[in-house]
Amino acid sequence: MPDRSPTAPPPSFVWTGRIVLTLLTVFSLLPVYVMLSSSLKPLRDVTGAFRWIPDHLTARPYVDIWRTIPLGRYFVNSIIVATAATGLSVLVATFAAYAVSRYRFRGKRVFTITVLSTQMFPGILFLLPLFLLYVGIGNTTGIALYGSRGGLILTYLTFSLPFSIWMLVGYFDSIPRGLDEAALVDGCGPLRALFRVIVPAALPGIVAVAIYAFMTAWSEVLFASVMTNDTTRTLAIGLRAYATETDVYWNQVMAASLVVSVPVVAGFLLLQRYLVAGLTAGAVK
Amino acid sequence: MSVRARTAIGAVIGATLLAVLPGCGGGTSTGDSGGNSHPKTLTYWASNQGASLEDDKAKLTPELQAFEKQTGITVKLEVVPWSDLLNRILGATSSGQGPDVLNIGNTWSASLQTTGALLPFDDQTFAKIGGKGRFQESALASTGASGKTPTAVPLYSLAYGLYYNKKMFADAGISKPPATWDELVQDGRRLTTGGRYGLAVEGANVSENVHHAFVFAKQHGADFFDASGNPTFTSPGAVEGVKQYVDFIARDKIAAAGNAEYDQNQSIQDFATGKAAMLLWQAAGPNLQKHGMKPDQYGVAPVPVQSGTPGPGQNIDSMVAGINMAVFKNSQNLDGALKFVQFMTSDAEQKKLNGAYGSIPPVKTAAQDPAFSNPELTVLRNTIATSAAPLPQVPKESQFEELVGGAIKDLLADAAAGRPVTTQSVQQRLAKAQQQM
Amino acid sequence: MTTTVHRQAPPAGREPRPARGRSGLFHFIPERVRRAGLPYLLLLPALFFELIVHVIPMVLGVVMSFKELTQVYIRHWWGAPWSGTGNYRVAVRFNAPIGRALLDSFLITCAFTVLAVGLCWLLGTTAAILMQDRFRGRGVLRAVFLTPYALPLYASVIVWAFMFQHDNGLVNHVLHDQLGVTGDRPFWLIGDNSFWSLLVVSVWRNWPFAFLCVMAGLQNIPRELYEASAIDGAGIWQQIRRITLPSLRSVNQVLVLVLFLWTFNDFATPFVLFGRSAPAAGDLISVHIYSASFVTWNFGTGSAMSVLMLLFLSLVTAGYLLTTNRTRKNRA
Repeated sequence: MPDRSPTAPPPSFVWTGRIVLTLLTVFSLLPVYVMLSSSLKPLRDVTGAFRWIPDHLTARPYVDIWRTIPLGRYFVNSIIVATAATGLSVLVATFAAYAVSRYRFRGKRVFTITVLSTQMFPGILFLLPLFLLYVGIGNTTGIALYGSRGGLILTYLTFSLPFSIWMLVGYFDSIPRGLDEAALVDGCGPLRALFRVIVPAALPGIVAVAIYAFMTAWSEVLFASVMTNDTTRTLAIGLRAYATETDVYWNQVMAASLVVSVPVVAGFLLLQRYLVAGLTAGAVK
Repeated sequence: MSVRARTAIGAVIGATLLAVLPGCGGGTSTGDSGGNSHPKTLTYWASNQGASLEDDKAKLTPELQAFEKQTGITVKLEVVPWSDLLNRILGATSSGQGPDVLNIGNTWSASLQTTGALLPFDDQTFAKIGGKGRFQESALASTGASGKTPTAVPLYSLAYGLYYNKKMFADAGISKPPATWDELVQDGRRLTTGGRYGLAVEGANVSENVHHAFVFAKQHGADFFDASGNPTFTSPGAVEGVKQYVDFIARDKIAAAGNAEYDQNQSIQDFATGKAAMLLWQAAGPNLQKHGMKPDQYGVAPVPVQSGTPGPGQNIDSMVAGINMAVFKNSQNLDGALKFVQFMTSDAEQKKLNGAYGSIPPVKTAAQDPAFSNPELTVLRNTIATSAAPLPQVPKESQFEELVGGAIKDLLADAAAGRPVTTQSVQQRLAKAQQQM
Repeated sequence: MTTTVHRQAPPAGREPRPARGRSGLFHFIPERVRRAGLPYLLLLPALFFELIVHVIPMVLGVVMSFKELTQVYIRHWWGAPWSGTGNYRVAVRFNAPIGRALLDSFLITCAFTVLAVGLCWLLGTTAAILMQDRFRGRGVLRAVFLTPYALPLYASVIVWAFMFQHDNGLVNHVLHDQLGVTGDRPFWLIGDNSFWSLLVVSVWRNWPFAFLCVMAGLQNIPRELYEASAIDGAGIWQQIRRITLPSLRSVNQVLVLVLFLWTFNDFATPFVLFGRSAPAAGDLISVHIYSASFVTWNFGTGSAMSVLMLLFLSLVTAGYLLTTNRTRKNRA
């Protein structure tokens, strides 16, 4: 771990730092606190005037959430879709970024520019065409993309692909070429050089990209609302079903969001130590 | 790029284009013509009417089982939340892959009618489900543009009523609910004291705004569309009507300024908790009770008019709210679909389902059932029968809702921020909306 | 200093050759083809997915923008009549209401994007630099900062909508009731303030992403650089200015661009916060286009508007890449 400097920074810096970090913590957690306290209130208190301390505490919403909507199913769908999309996206992006970072070939410029420009597409522009494309593919080949998890996985993995490739090219570029060149000279194949040398060295970048890919798939709303049905609906849009025609179950929305976020935050906690391992930890010298 | 890569990319593009373009790939399901090749199953998209999706499923499943017993047809049910319904219908319409039978908001009728994807209910088709005459006229009027063959049948009906808090009225010395708007404003002023308000409005809810504006405009002898379907948002009557509604916050101040940002049913909550003494709503009863208000604590009266009593023409006091049922033309079980529509609009099912959802049967004979004659539903039932009119049944209805409802939301926001709202400013705002059509 | 940190891509001639002599996974392919073909093989999956999901639908979208694609034709969109440049002319007639509204929405979006991206980057970088040194509780703090990013978007935006309520919200409770800094309770979800509430929500949701990227980028700065500069007597601010920020340049180049593109195209945040009819001050372009196409099923006009946005974003991106690349070269 690269500590910034062997000499301690001046106290003024330390104190400014503490104040800034505290403010950021408050900013980050304030809505989380509101969520938590709302999830422990009866519905009528939630919509009443705001109180820092709830007047009546109840755990009821945490029981009801499972009955108001098929939360368990939505959660499983989301986990499957997001995990598969993340895994594939990272893998595909790693290959592509390796090619771009380490090889010189005709069409490289076209490729990188095309990939980047896809980040510019407004979702609105290609939602309907993509949907029609999926239905068409289904009719022609029998591969059901519309309404299936596979279709969503394909969509989301591609959504995160451009940025993942770009980010990884940046991280790969910053790994000294001497490392993989040495491996190649030692007789490793290029793929082995990639997985044995570059991937471990670029782990923080890969983890960052994976988190990004996961979150892209985890919270996408627009495409999911057209492309899923009752059995494949994901959490991101499923949660909206707590707002029904007659009632909005605010406390349950909050409770459900917290429940489904726990595994994700836990995953972050586990992964974050890889964010700080990586290159300088041993590979350079 | 290498030649091979280029060929490969070309091949992928070619293949996928073939897949989307018609004629090459489109399987049978994208075709226009329906038939009866799958007589044993139906897919049904129900809209969310009950307290939750699961609640809807629980209410509908026994009925679907009864239908299966009767006809041998299995109905696959999916309850689609309102937030997704229109997009899902869009998907089904554009791709030809959708349900056989579905629920639609009745204000969408004319718009969906023009897509040509829904089965027209001509007299012959109506005969198959028991005839046109069984349905309430006002509900039938909201199944498609007038003069065209309807593409839906009414399933559940609703209308607006004036809900008032009996105790607050008594405390303020008001003996009966207002029958005209002047009375409502007067009563409202008396009731607006000490942090309580006379009226609660759902000011940021685009649809609610349009429903009220429509009634007010009608009462001023105006319509938002002329006979040939062109927008007339700036006619004096429409401007007057919109202003009268906005004035509840702007001039009369009988509704709280904060109401201008309500769009999550907060006005129901305000009424139920005694923060507001009156509320204009469709069948609010079950919801009020859920918020802890008892049926004897509130009264229901017809929505006020400018003068006289509610009736047809300028004394309309509600839009026809409700849900219609439609059949996709390319269903592979058309006969079964019609059987299912007939089943759902049968007297017995109408009583059960409308009873369960707190709505009024659009089927006349079913509406006579004593189950729909409690004080609240009697008012709503009479309104539907005598003094309700459908929102403009024009193909651009959704755009109208968006633009006019949005304009009113902005005007209410102006009023809430203390900016003056004048006839001129209302007219300007509506003129802008009209031009955007 | 900076040159030692920032690695330029070596000239082409020095690129490594794929393994010689050794037969790897693809031993059945002749060596020469393998060497030339390998990069393409590596790109193939990415290319395939991009074509299916991004490129082809986008081409179709562009085609749609030249059609009169209303609900009447939606069932057979390929059969919708061609409208030539009609949809575009409607969209850019800025003295007529539709074009005017689009232009207003566009300007609001630009202002919003610049502020949001700037703040996200600033907060993310500050936090990442402050947490570069190991201290007790750093791991927990990191997870705390990433939490907004992990919560489902719908729920977290709804919570903010709650907090911004006029009568019952936390924000007015604190500002008005507890601190008394505002005379009246301000409206946050309607009227002009909605711009600021949207900005706060967007920054809250997106800054953890900037934090994440910068944090990962900081890991690649060799410790020796700091040690060397400390021996030269450089203070903490000088180190940040001379070592940390220059080292982050390539990460930042991508990060800022991507944040910009996302924020500009963000649909879900304003849509959930304001509903389908956003107040003028919070009417971001994608929600605007959504109501112009999805709500009213008029996809021709909506697609034309989207294509215009795409053109604008392409110009900005091209300009951005040209400038940043030139700066990078000059500095190197």
